[in-house]
Amino acid sequence: MNVTMTLNGSDVSHDVEPRTLLVQFIRDAAGLKGTNVGCDTTSCGACTVLLDGRSVKSCTVLAAQADGSSVTTIEGLAEADGTMHPVQRAFHEKHGLQCGYCTPGMVMAIVSLIAERGDHELTEHDIRLGLEGNLCRCTGYHNIVEAAMAAARAPELRS
Amino acid sequence: MSILGNRVLRREDPKLLTSGGTYVGDLDLPGVLSLTFVRSTIAHGRIERIDLAEAKAAPGVVGVYTHDDLGLPPMPPGMAFLNAEMTRPLLASGVVRYVGEAVAAIVAESAAAGADAAELVVIDYEPLPVLIDPADALKDETLLYPGTGTNNTFSLQFGHDETLFDGCEVVVRQRIVNQRVAPCPLETRAAAAFIEPDGRLMFYSSTQTAHGVRDTLATSLGIEPEQIHVVTPDVGGGFGAKASVYAEDIVTAWCARRVGQPVRWSETRSESMLGLGHGRGQIQDVEIGGTRDGRVLAYRIDVLQDSGAYPAIGAVLPFMTRTMATGVYDIARAECNSNSVVTNTVPTVAYRGAGRPEATAALERVMDCYASEIGMDPAELRRKNLIAADAFPFTTPTGTEYDSGNYVGAFDLALEMAGYAELRSAQEARRAEGGARQLGIGISTYVEITNGVPEGEYGAVEIRPDGRAIVRTGTSPHGQGHHTAWSMLVSEQLGIAMEDIEVIHGDTDLVPRGVGTFGSRSLQVGGAAVNQAAIEVVDKARWLAADLLEADAADVVLDKSVGAFHVAGTPAISRDWGELARLSLDRDGAPLMAQVDLDSPGATFPFGTHIAVVEVDTETGMVELVRHVAVDDAGRILNPLLAEGQVHGGIAQGAAQALLEEFSYDAAGNPLTGNFADYSIISAAELPSFETAFTETPTPRNPLGAKGIGESGTIGSTPAVHNAVVDAVSHLGVRHIDMATTPERVWQAIQAAAAHRSAESAEGAA
Repeated sequence: MNVTMTLNGSDVSHDVEPRTLLVQFIRDAAGLKGTNVGCDTTSCGACTVLLDGRSVKSCTVLAAQADGSSVTTIEGLAEADGTMHPVQRAFHEKHGLQCGYCTPGMVMAIVSLIAERGDHELTEHDIRLGLEGNLCRCTGYHNIVEAAMAAARAPELRS
Repeated sequence: MSILGNRVLRREDPKLLTSGGTYVGDLDLPGVLSLTFVRSTIAHGRIERIDLAEAKAAPGVVGVYTHDDLGLPPMPPGMAFLNAEMTRPLLASGVVRYVGEAVAAIVAESAAAGADAAELVVIDYEPLPVLIDPADALKDETLLYPGTGTNNTFSLQFGHDETLFDGCEVVVRQRIVNQRVAPCPLETRAAAAFIEPDGRLMFYSSTQTAHGVRDTLATSLGIEPEQIHVVTPDVGGGFGAKASVYAEDIVTAWCARRVGQPVRWSETRSESMLGLGHGRGQIQDVEIGGTRDGRVLAYRIDVLQDSGAYPAIGAVLPFMTRTMATGVYDIARAECNSNSVVTNTVPTVAYRGAGRPEATAALERVMDCYASEIGMDPAELRRKNLIAADAFPFTTPTGTEYDSGNYVGAFDLALEMAGYAELRSAQEARRAEGGARQLGIGISTYVEITNGVPEGEYGAVEIRPDGRAIVRTGTSPHGQGHHTAWSMLVSEQLGIAMEDIEVIHGDTDLVPRGVGTFGSRSLQVGGAAVNQAAIEVVDKARWLAADLLEADAADVVLDKSVGAFHVAGTPAISRDWGELARLSLDRDGAPLMAQVDLDSPGATFPFGTHIAVVEVDTETGMVELVRHVAVDDAGRILNPLLAEGQVHGGIAQGAAQALLEEFSYDAAGNPLTGNFADYSIISAAELPSFETAFTETPTPRNPLGAKGIGESGTIGSTPAVHNAVVDAVSHLGVRHIDMATTPERVWQAIQAAAAHRSAESAEGAA
């Protein structure tokens, strides 16, 4: 079947098997390898992407379900001139990553968490609960939480 | 001003943050086929029949292979001194010994085609009796390797003195289970292989030791190491479990040679939970004795190590446990004996700490039991027995020589950061109120051994004609930040900006020799080798500059602020790194370069004190870790940012073992925690932010003064959290709870203590 979506701002269209998962579409059909797969039970969140602006685990969404939607992956987050998104910048400055495998999913989850907060000020508790579905084995989450707190204060992300 | 000791941000980050890393599964390999393994679904059985016909005929299948097709020798046990008859066939041969053991290999056009075909392989098993509990294995009634006559793969004897506890006023005994856990790097195991046009084997591996993979492949496949090129692209974590070469790696290479096309193996998480080696797995019988006023005099630990079905590094962990048995305490007499046995479970390997966390967990837990027995505060008991700062080098009763330490210094700082006295007051108040939510405070003081298997390391620094530097290292980072750390060391020596320094690792063609990254060895050996190479390249450059400047080399100095050499006193006339590199090439026909094969400078002994604070709901048994204070001393710190990151990750993994994580089997050997839905891998929601600090007591054993920091967090945190949980309910009569301290175990312990108390009071009334 044909699946068409806007992926990081560009229209992409591929014929895929109906059982194709969104993460397989992104990695194998569209060739964007930044999004990783870390488990097979929707537990780890390494595959988190934005689907129409909200975070989803792309291993648990069929590509067909994203037909006609807009999808953003880690490759689509920085500005065209390479300027990093405030969440990416905060991860660098706070040492929020080590091996990097969980990082794309973790960053996308935090982008979504900050976008969804509305008028609410994100607390450490909110962030820890909000990231429960994104596993990291290297950082002990300490600096990831620091990065999320810092990014949430970034002027660009203030509504 | 020196860059060393500063919080330098990582050079690795921009790529990882904007396009993601390039892991084995991301490599673009035209025409690559997918390798899928058919795995045993039973724990122990004889293979009666394998029917491959349907699988071979399935769509997209290129080949299906079993042990008989391989024609390769079995893998010997993971270490030379293990029972040499307990070898591992690359695919099961006649017998399967654990759930998850690979029986057949399917090469297919896609992972989906491989998975579909795997369902069509029919294997008939004749079940054999199953051994899961190491205590059962020790009886040698059922044998995993009948030809050997025993399940024991490795025994260690250190002392059998029946008078060990003579003169002790108090002797406390405790059985402690240091449970089996799964390492869980976020990237599972993966490998890819193809044959180059010149016939060499190209092999990509998610490993902690590129050269080790090359050499093991060469031995197993019966080809020369020079005929193999191993590259580690980005590696998504290892934690010790990727320091071993696995049977599947070798089969991947074999398949690529067999089909003549690129082959990639990327396991699923559910496969990885049964394939990547497990960690820990010790049953410990511990005794500690001393005086009523808290002077520890004697210590004994008997270890029963679960090696899993095929003895690997896990089987020798008791050696490290013995090495560190008496920890930070000045204990006059000690014994440590061990047996490592095979069971029908996933083989155990090195996992963050590898034998040392087990030593610390046992000692720190019984120190609390001892304190409780004599009615002394656990902090006071510890302080009374710490090895004094002026006692180094210090030789322990098990023969380990500690290099340097100030245990009291780290201990006092941790107590101060935690506000220990206030915490005890708060605990008293909670107990007096009698509410459901009780406070527990746990202390752990530790010392551990890094670079414990003393091997050297390769390091080289080459200056390019454009004045940039290339560093080659035998270490194999997978998140540690060696690009950043090694650039700092070289920039410091050469005066070349960090961004003009490239670090090459994990490529056996570009780096001639290497040992790898494990056992917290990299900075103190690999970093020291790179540092030494940088010093030597400066020396070579000084001679070249002397020629150009027509001066005596002894008078030529390097101005690190500009990266150029001049005659002392006349900085106006200078020669920069690029000019000297070009001179070396043009005149001598050789690059300006220094290579160092650093001999191991010997093991070092990091130490520290961790204090955990938990709240336990005594009605449900639910535990919450609310604070974790860690003071660690790893000698001189090169980059506090990286060092803190190591400590944070270590604390999380260590706390996870105390609180949640446990790999378990049922009696038939079926894994009960074989995926991320069932295995309680710790998340952000179950942890607090950590309160960390370093003290810095340099080691004399390397010029950097550095000890390893990769595993300290894990070693210090587990017993601190474990002790805190028991402490929270000790006033209810609970003396010990086995890890993981799940709500069920905590609740059961509270109930058992209550039943014990009421039985005692009934007895008293009668």
